[in-house]
Amino acid sequence: MIEHPHAPRKTPLYEAHRRAGAKIIDFGGWLMPVSYPSGIIDEHRATRSAIGVFDVSHMGEVHFRGPRAAEAVQRLVTNDVAKLGDGHALYTVACRPAGGIVDDFIVYRITGEHFLIVVNASNREKDVGWFRENVGTWCEIHDASDETALIAFQGPKAEAVLQTLTAATLSSVRSFDVVPDLEIAGVRTSIARTGYTAEDGFEIFCAAGDADRLWERLIEGAATAGGKPVGLGARDTLRLEGRLCLYGNDLTEETTPLEAGLGWVVKLDGAGDFIGKAALRAQRDSGVARKLVGFVMRGRGVARHGYAIHASAAAGGGAAVGEVTSGTFGPTVEKNIGMGYVPAALAVPGGALIVDCRGKMIEAEIVSGPFYKRGKR
Amino acid sequence: MSAMSSYPDDLLYTKDHEWARVEERDGVKVATIGITRFAVEQLGDVTQIDLPKEGESVKQSEVFGSVESVKAVSDLFAPFSGKVVKTNSPLGDSPEYVNEDPYDEGWMIQIALANPDETKSLMDAEAYQAFLRDQAE
Repeated sequence: MIEHPHAPRKTPLYEAHRRAGAKIIDFGGWLMPVSYPSGIIDEHRATRSAIGVFDVSHMGEVHFRGPRAAEAVQRLVTNDVAKLGDGHALYTVACRPAGGIVDDFIVYRITGEHFLIVVNASNREKDVGWFRENVGTWCEIHDASDETALIAFQGPKAEAVLQTLTAATLSSVRSFDVVPDLEIAGVRTSIARTGYTAEDGFEIFCAAGDADRLWERLIEGAATAGGKPVGLGARDTLRLEGRLCLYGNDLTEETTPLEAGLGWVVKLDGAGDFIGKAALRAQRDSGVARKLVGFVMRGRGVARHGYAIHASAAAGGGAAVGEVTSGTFGPTVEKNIGMGYVPAALAVPGGALIVDCRGKMIEAEIVSGPFYKRGKR
Repeated sequence: MSAMSSYPDDLLYTKDHEWARVEERDGVKVATIGITRFAVEQLGDVTQIDLPKEGESVKQSEVFGSVESVKAVSDLFAPFSGKVVKTNSPLGDSPEYVNEDPYDEGWMIQIALANPDETKSLMDAEAYQAFLRDQAE
């Protein structure tokens, strides 16, 4: 675990969570709601059926501004920033020269000379340091995290309810679009049609001082459609059902995007000369030794982060060959699901693995694709 | 949920947040075991419970099973030594009983006590609530 020498930090919505009766935990140095009184499963289901409202203000907002901003961002990330038009966003990772993942995040192109990267809370200081070290002289890099609040508004009814709070036409804001200046419930915001729940939805940025007012209006709106505030507990079950990676679990400095199955965000044949490109090219050419797989537990057991994975008896059994990186009960899929790294030779959909669940050897089956996929809108 | 029913007076409690209801049956002391309202609130939604089989022996303060919640897995510690005479098998399909009704539908196992003196090492409802207050500080 990372040590946090200073007192845990609070988001601008901390008091709102307390008032709502949330259970608060220290999450990577932040006091965050893990769940509200209705509980994780109820919050998970509310997001799948209606709307979940999440305080994700602990995440970091880093702005790149200047004539060389695009060049600077491209130097840092593996995906192709050149293909982004104004008002569009993409998911990517940033790597060390040897290919290990520094962080995974979404890059938003506001204009050709203004990009926004929203980084993981636990990586904020590390990322900003890494950005400045490598491209700090290329453009202005401004960490706006402390003055920015971020609320995710996710679920099948998110658009309809948010539409009642704004004059802008939300149906024209498509997936991975970003609108930099838009009024919601009388508050100046930027919104993006992005999220971390495997549902349709929006992420809404506003000034820290406006967060309370906006949050209340979003909660009221969500409630009219059966939605509610959702804590980090359900955020984790929602993202895992969608098989979205969590930095610190599924992605680390010791894993590469090719091992993690994120080859689709690594443009090795593009023009961009990003940090880690040579190492990742070499790894692509030689083939990865291990791969991140998704699995469903076949026996009675819940896989948890850190549990050992063994080959099935048919594949030789024996010593541990890998480790679970994420695991939980999936409330929508109603199965015990997980992800973990295994030798590439074993990473075959339909293949069997054995997970050591605290001494009980439980069989799991490797599956391809997300555990949960939402229906078409 | 009133404060009264959060920790019923007729139960004994452990520092590991199990409760026990001790009754005499045919001259044998039998304890029904579960986890407290506090434990349930800490765990959140329970999704799976692993219990020993009937006839197995358990030992005071040692792990007799585990509870999986959406968040994490937690061990269950035996309040007493003895033989498991009954398990609450409906929990296999309905682990949510533990959340909904921890002191009744959500009971887990019954133990025939090997050493009835062990009951003295547990807390009553008042002492357990004082213990919870101390822990919170």
